[in-house]
Amino acid sequence: MEKKNPEDSFQVKIDAEEKIEPKDWMPDEYRRNLIRQISQHAHSEVIGMQPEGNWITRAPSLRAKAVLLAKIQDEGGHGLYLYSACETLGISRDELIEQLHSGKAKYSSIFNYPTLTWADIGAVGWLVDGAAIVNQVSLQRTSYGPYSRAMIRICKEESFHQRQGYEIMANMAKGTLEQKQMAQDALNRWWWPSLMMFGPHDTESAHSAKSMKWKIKRESNDELRQRFIDKTVQQAEVIGLSIPDPDLQWNEQRKHYDFGKINWEEFTNVLNGNGPCNKQRMANHIQAHQNGAWVREAAMAYAEKQKNKKVPA
Amino acid sequence: MTVNEALFNYSLRLGDNSLILSHRLSEWTGKAPILEEDLAITNIALDKLGQARFLLQYAAQLEGKGRSEDDLAYKRSEREFYNSLLVEQPNGDFAFTMARQLLNDVFDFFLYEELTKSTNEPLASLAAKSLKEIKYHLRHCSEWIIRLGDGTEESHNRIQNSMNELWAYTGELFEMNEIDSILIKENMVPDLSKLKPKWNNMLCEIFEKATLKKPEEGFMHTGSRKGVHSEYLGFILAEMQYLPRAYPSATW
Amino acid sequence: MNKEKQWPLWEVFIQSKTGLPYKHAGSVHAPDAEMALQNARDTYTRRGEGNSIWVVPSDAIIASNPADAESFYEPGNDKIYRHPTFYVMPEGAKHI
Repeated sequence: MEKKNPEDSFQVKIDAEEKIEPKDWMPDEYRRNLIRQISQHAHSEVIGMQPEGNWITRAPSLRAKAVLLAKIQDEGGHGLYLYSACETLGISRDELIEQLHSGKAKYSSIFNYPTLTWADIGAVGWLVDGAAIVNQVSLQRTSYGPYSRAMIRICKEESFHQRQGYEIMANMAKGTLEQKQMAQDALNRWWWPSLMMFGPHDTESAHSAKSMKWKIKRESNDELRQRFIDKTVQQAEVIGLSIPDPDLQWNEQRKHYDFGKINWEEFTNVLNGNGPCNKQRMANHIQAHQNGAWVREAAMAYAEKQKNKKVPA
Repeated sequence: MTVNEALFNYSLRLGDNSLILSHRLSEWTGKAPILEEDLAITNIALDKLGQARFLLQYAAQLEGKGRSEDDLAYKRSEREFYNSLLVEQPNGDFAFTMARQLLNDVFDFFLYEELTKSTNEPLASLAAKSLKEIKYHLRHCSEWIIRLGDGTEESHNRIQNSMNELWAYTGELFEMNEIDSILIKENMVPDLSKLKPKWNNMLCEIFEKATLKKPEEGFMHTGSRKGVHSEYLGFILAEMQYLPRAYPSATW
Repeated sequence: MNKEKQWPLWEVFIQSKTGLPYKHAGSVHAPDAEMALQNARDTYTRRGEGNSIWVVPSDAIIASNPADAESFYEPGNDKIYRHPTFYVMPEGAKHI
């Protein structure tokens, strides 16, 4: 039999846009890269439940409350789909959560910012989900089958999330003076962190080159960031809010908006644990996990007892 | 009191119950023992919120004073809420929440089953829709009660203690007043005293499967039919109502 | 700290309408079959996607090995007589 280098045939498959499935051969680094990215994505969905969860009990109408509950539940569901996809790579949910708690695994830094007013719920839906969707739409074509299928499902469900946020912003922007101020203030605080969600510039990104070659990522950080800015500027104009960037300007030659310098020092700081809510978010997650230990244990104990009962004496 | 007024009050009673229980359940978001259970609890919270909205809309319509579901939820004060003391009790641990849910769900199951036969069409159709939801809630929480009761020693003790503690709030569920008498006469709502034996039986069956002891009968708290609550309700409302109260001229 | 035992993993298959095949939706963790069914319902049918659910312990699924793909599937490729288009029908014949 002719000897083929497995890495070469793997790349041939990737280049032919074939999906990689769990039992297929894959380079260890591809596997590690995927686990890192998918778990980070899953953790982000789950930790992302906290800043919005803050406001469920304070939502200003029953309709808004129902929508927000359903939306946060979706985030939990999406976390679950992604944990499922990740587990097909041979790592358990427990290990993934352990990595989150030990700090080995990351989640999106955006969720380390606080939701201070109800307008923040609007801004999170509009900008944070808006940025996430740009990224996720692109990831539907990712090379790993289970990840791609999870993203397709997630994109289908997320389409209402951004609208929910934008609707809140639109209503507040045309509301009382106080409401409009709240809306503008939320936009001011969430705009730059949303741009940082796409990650460092392509030239600075540690994992990008390999991820692109293996088609784990399909488009670069800068391409996606630009796409988000281009579509969001117009949406802000429609509801009469201004984007907090004096350098923001349409560039007729590039057919894109030019924008100001991103404060990467802030990004690094938040990434390194110094954001306003890093400690709180992690403490909450660890606490909930620990509080649930006796429940999970009880359910297993019951299942064991039932199994033993079925074995005839 | 006219039939219409009685119906208005009865709808508030049912609607407030669903609303406050939904509020409590929604406090679990992101805190459940496992992600799967987080989604399950939220599903129940959403069903309860949906029931509350229907009932408060219906109440507002019966009242005919131009109030909306939100006016009723956000602009009434502590003494104008008629939910049971049971549902406003704080979540405690997972066992406490499931015990509270079971006591309420078994009651709701028999109540709504009767309400499907109501001569009042809106109540009957709400009951038919809600009953499907309640059956699932009941299935979910009774399965949990069984696992906790017959799980580990720790879980058994936790669920038994929760049940014992909450038992004192169950007498009130069956209390009736003038509102009930008026509506019973119209065959719009059931006589709650007739539900009690069924409620008892179903609970006993679940307790047996869960190796739990039925709590001993003793003192029963009361007050919600007159709008007299525990201190907890005030805090729930303070949190829930803060935005519409702080910005009365704003719409959201 | 005592090492807690993780709930087993279950694969979830959803039938969206009666008569249609069950399709793999993803997985859930659950201590036993009843809870697996409930967790699958709460996770994968939030938008009315489901009419019926199967849950199967993940370790009960036996998958073919990708290395066997050639010997498993290629022999089927040249048996074109298994497809109706292989056959030449006389002109004018109907309903066949």
